[in-house]
Amino acid sequence: MPILAPIGRVTIAFFAVIGRVSIFTGHSISHCVRPPFFPRQILRQCIEVGFYSLPVVGLTAIFTGMVLALQSFTGFSRFSAESAIPQIVVISITRELGPVLAGLMVAGRVGAAMAAEIGTMRVTEQIDALTTLSTNPFKYLVAPRLIAGTIMLPLLVLIADVIGVLGGFVVSVFALNFNPSAYLNNTINFLEPIDVLSGLVKAAAFGFLVTLMGCYHGYSSQGGAQGVGQATTNAVVSASILILLFNYIITSLFFTI
Amino acid sequence: MSAVTPKIRLRGVTKAFGPKVVLNGLDLDVWPGESVVVIGGSGTGKSVLIKNIIGLLHPDSGTIEIDGQEVTHMNAREREDVTRKFGMLFQGAALFDSMKIWENVAFGLIQAEGARRRDAKEKAIATLARVGLGPQVGELMPASLSAGMQKRVSLARAIATNPEIIFFDEPTTGIDPIMGSIIDQLIVSSVKDMGATALTITHDMDSARRIADRIAMIFQGRIIWSGAPDEIESSGNPHVKQFINGEAHGPIQMQIRA
Ligand SMILES: Nc1ncnc2c1ncn2[C@@H]1O[C@H](COP(=O)(O)OP(=O)(O)OP(=O)(O)O)[C@@H](O)[C@H]1O
Ligand SMILES: [Mg+2]
Repeated sequence: MPILAPIGRVTIAFFAVIGRVSIFTGHSISHCVRPPFFPRQILRQCIEVGFYSLPVVGLTAIFTGMVLALQSFTGFSRFSAESAIPQIVVISITRELGPVLAGLMVAGRVGAAMAAEIGTMRVTEQIDALTTLSTNPFKYLVAPRLIAGTIMLPLLVLIADVIGVLGGFVVSVFALNFNPSAYLNNTINFLEPIDVLSGLVKAAAFGFLVTLMGCYHGYSSQGGAQGVGQATTNAVVSASILILLFNYIITSLFFTI
Repeated sequence: MSAVTPKIRLRGVTKAFGPKVVLNGLDLDVWPGESVVVIGGSGTGKSVLIKNIIGLLHPDSGTIEIDGQEVTHMNAREREDVTRKFGMLFQGAALFDSMKIWENVAFGLIQAEGARRRDAKEKAIATLARVGLGPQVGELMPASLSAGMQKRVSLARAIATNPEIIFFDEPTTGIDPIMGSIIDQLIVSSVKDMGATALTITHDMDSARRIADRIAMIFQGRIIWSGAPDEIESSGNPHVKQFINGEAHGPIQMQIRA
C-alpha cells in the first residue's frame, strides 16, 4: 500500500494540472474571440513577440542552415549524393527545424518574459487592480499575448525559412563549390507548398503554446519573487516539451494520413 | 433607517484559507454616504474582508449585498456592472509598472469609461494635483517613485472615475503626517462632495477619527464593536480599549510565539 499512495497522489496531481490548464485555455480562447478587444495591447505584443525575436530567430536559422549543408555534405559525399544537399536543406528547414527551433527560441525569450511579467503583476496585486478598474485581465493581458503569438510565430518562421535556406546556400556555394544557380533551381523545383504550409501550421500552434504557457504559469504564480522564478522556469520547460510533442502530432497528421 | 438600502451589507460572511478561519460569520452594514473605518490587528483579515466585497475572493458562506443586490452568486457580466461602482486603493499600491503615472491614473477612465486619451490625461493630471503631485510626476514610471508617492498615485487612480463606493486599504501607512492629514481630508471630501461611500482600513487612530462617521473593530473574524469616533474612548469594550491605547497586555493576545 505505501507504494500506491504516492502513485495515486502524483496521478491526481497530474490530472488536476491538466484540468486547470484546460479551463485556463478555454477561458482564454473565449476571451480572444469576444469583444472588447485591446488593439493597442495586441500591437504591442506583436512587436514584442515578432519584431524583437527577429535577431535571435534569424541567427538560429542562418547557423542551422549552414551547419545543415556542411553536415549533409560530409555525410552524403560518402555515397556521392552531394547533389541532394539543396533538397535536404530546404525540406529540413521548412518542415522541421524552422518551426521547432524558432518555437524553442521564442519559448526561451518570450514565454519566460511573459511568465515573469504576468507573475509579477499577480504577486503585486496588479491583476487584482485591473479587475477593480473594470478590465478583465484575460482580455487585457492574456488574449493579446495569445493572438500575437499565434500570428507572429508563422511570420517569424517564414523569415527563418528564407534565412535558413540562405545559410545553406552560402556554405554550399562558398565553401563546397556548388553552382549558385543550380543550387537555387534545385531548391525551388523540389520544394512543395505542403512543406512550407505544414511548417507554418506548426509555427502557429507553437506560438499559441508558448504564449499560453507563459500566461498560464504567470497568472497562477504565487508567493513573491521565488514563485515568479518558478513560474518562469515552468513556462519555458512546459512550452518546450509541448512544442516537441505537438511537433510530432502535427507531423503525423500532415504526412502519414 | 429601514427604508434606506445599505450600500454594502454583509451577513454571516465566512472565509477560511485551509484550516485558518479568517472571517467567521462577519456582519457589517455601510450606509449610503457613510464613511466607515475598520480597525483591527495585523493579520485579522481586514484586507481579506475588502477583497471579498469587491469580488477578488469568494466567501465560503454568507451573503454580500451591494445596493441591495446579492453579489456572491452573480455571473461574470453582472459582477462587472457592480465592479464599475468601486474604486480601490490597494495596501501595496499595485500600480501598473509598465505604464506612466498618468496612464495609471487614467486607466479606469480610458478602459472602463471609454474616454479619449487626451481628455483622460487632463483628468488624470487634475486628480494627481488633488493628491499633491505635480504634472511632471505624471510622466514618470511607478518604479521611480517613493512608496508614499506610489500610495498617493494609487489613491488618485482609485478616485479618478468618481466611483460610488471607495475602498481604502491603509491609505496613510508609510506617508508623512502632513500628507497623511491631506489624504484624510481628501477621503472626507470624496465622501462629502462626491457623495461616495467609503470603507477604509487603517491602524492610525488619529486618521480614523478624522475620516470616520463610524468605526468598526474586527477581531477573530467578526466585527466586535462599532460606533461613532467620539464613543470609542468610552466604548467599554476591553478589546477596543486595548487596541486604541496600544497596550501590550489585555484580552487581545498577539501571536508572537508560534
Ligand atoms: N490568498 C491567501 N491565502 C492564504 N492565506 C491568506 C491569503 N490572503 C490572506 N491570508 C491570510 O489571512 C489572514 C488575514 O490577512 P489580511 O491580509 O486580511 O490581514 P490584514 O488584517 O489586512 O493585516 P494587515 O493589517 O497586516 O494588512 C492572514 O493570516 C493571512 O495569512
Ligand atoms: Mg491588510
